[in-house]
Amino acid sequence: MRRLTPYLLALPSWMWLSIFLVVPLAAMASVSLQTGNAIDGFAMTFSFSNYADALSTYSPQLFRSLGYGALATVAMLLIGYPVAYWIAFKGGRRKSVYLFLLLLPFFVSFVLRTISWGFLLSDDGILLGTLKSWGLLPAGFHVLATTFAVVAGLTYNWLPFMILPIYVSLERVDPRTVEAAQDLYASRAAAFRRVVLPLSLPGVFAGVLMTFVPATADPVNAQVLGGTGNTMIGNIIQTEYLTNLDYPTASALSFTLMAMLLVGIFVYAKALGTENVLEAAAR
Amino acid sequence: MTELNAIALEGVVKEYLSHGEVVQAVKGITLDIAEGEFFSLLGPSGCGKTTTMRMIAGFEEPSKGVVRLHGQDVTNVPPNKRDVNMVFQSYALFPHMSVWDNVAFGLKQRKTPQAEIKQRVGEMLEIVDLAGREKRRPREMSGGQQQRVALARALVNRPRALLLDEPLGALDLKLRQAMQIELKRIQREVGITFVYVTHDQSEALTMSDRIAVMNDGLVEQLAGPREIYERPATAFVAGFIGTSNLLAGTASGGTLELGGGKVLVPDRDGPVTVTVRPEKITISTDKPGGDVSAVPGTVAEVVYLGTYNSYAVSLADGAEVTVFQQNAHDSTTTAERGDSVWLSWQARHSYAIGS
Repeated sequence: MRRLTPYLLALPSWMWLSIFLVVPLAAMASVSLQTGNAIDGFAMTFSFSNYADALSTYSPQLFRSLGYGALATVAMLLIGYPVAYWIAFKGGRRKSVYLFLLLLPFFVSFVLRTISWGFLLSDDGILLGTLKSWGLLPAGFHVLATTFAVVAGLTYNWLPFMILPIYVSLERVDPRTVEAAQDLYASRAAAFRRVVLPLSLPGVFAGVLMTFVPATADPVNAQVLGGTGNTMIGNIIQTEYLTNLDYPTASALSFTLMAMLLVGIFVYAKALGTENVLEAAAR
Repeated sequence: MTELNAIALEGVVKEYLSHGEVVQAVKGITLDIAEGEFFSLLGPSGCGKTTTMRMIAGFEEPSKGVVRLHGQDVTNVPPNKRDVNMVFQSYALFPHMSVWDNVAFGLKQRKTPQAEIKQRVGEMLEIVDLAGREKRRPREMSGGQQQRVALARALVNRPRALLLDEPLGALDLKLRQAMQIELKRIQREVGITFVYVTHDQSEALTMSDRIAVMNDGLVEQLAGPREIYERPATAFVAGFIGTSNLLAGTASGGTLELGGGKVLVPDRDGPVTVTVRPEKITISTDKPGGDVSAVPGTVAEVVYLGTYNSYAVSLADGAEVTVFQQNAHDSTTTAERGDSVWLSWQARHSYAIGS
């Protein structure tokens, strides 16, 4: 009995995973191979051509999503690392205040926040309208419906997920190891490069994973802040499911996206797994 | 030409701003540390000893005063450009590097040729008895081994001086004693100046050539271990180093009258505090004759401690005196609780301190 206890304790999570992850995935896999329509119903025909059709139609949106996700992730890294560094090493007694401020936007719904950016950035809105009335911007200038707006929105929305893991790993760096590096003839820059940066890479690794995946799959930012030329794969899947009721195409696209992300993550982890990262940094 | 001191501090002051108020952590220290010396900064926590060491290492800039290394003014030189290395409290080893990479770090930063790095790191690991463990990570090693990695990482650079900040604090007693002897051996072997920060008086007495006893940002006494122990210059030093008895009163004509007895204080007049070590005092039932200090008292407590007995004796004026008596012969002659006894000691074993 005692030997079974750990498994029994893990049972609820296993049940959760199987009911809410494995079952829907299996259902979706099955739907992605069916043919038919919403009125007459769908039937299993092992139609692998669903995948080929979906890909040939929507590959621009698929690759655009990966590109936007990557751009936003790089932007988050460039903005987030210094912020995390500053809180961890210079935050002093107010660290928890800064962390709270970082999480404060989460008290408002994600969609609402994105929509308010839409208001703020609208062509004649508070910001652009004012600048235009002062003659600081040409009348035709716009931010919305551009790649910039969508990537900026993605960056804004997932930035805390980049900052927090990096902060956690930086927080664990003993400041005395930095002093030790300086004592051993390393300049400030060299001490950062050879001690702080390698020790924070596990956080960077986690941060990139936690932001790249949701940013790539997100439909909201492209819909609210983007134009017709910025449609991402998340929007397509949403439309196919909810508007066109073309469940097989939507499922096939979902699986394709998932497979691409999984392969990407696998390659990324293999190339930059935390152990390898640390090995490389020690050289 | 006189030989240059390895380290010289000249009127060094360190001020901090704490809640809008200026606090002096170090209030003006001037001292010279000779080449090849084992020098200790000893004092309670908050006495400024670590701040003093960090100013020598370059992590803190003095608010006033000058720091010299081999005669050269390095007051505003950053730590990476100073020819001293530090062994940090709890070691501060690089957790993501192997023992080898930890030790080679300083040499690599200085762009030492690969072959020389190999040779020097190998030699140093030999000296600290870690050969064969080059590939280990710090977290895979015991505290004593990590300690030796930290030592090797600093010493391999052959610094002009090695600074050690309570390096044995995290080790257990047995290991600490072994490492004290080990440190002394290594210091003799490499011939480098050691500056050792500690709050542990026995550690300082065991290893040092000279000790600066610090209190409240100032050096109270700077002398060899024997002199610090035998002739404490201030009440603070007497109290901080070992156990000491302090007897206060007013002296006249070289004698301090105390509860029916007398304490000899040559050449002193007026208010005076006298210190005497517990092991210098003899207990007897009769009043001793001869030219010695002798005061009567009542035994308040006897504690048997194996190699010696510790007595607490109350004097007539209420002061309590601690006496250690070796159990060299037999312990049947010891006084019992409540006995009236005389305490006596040679005049040369008590010192008038301060004023």
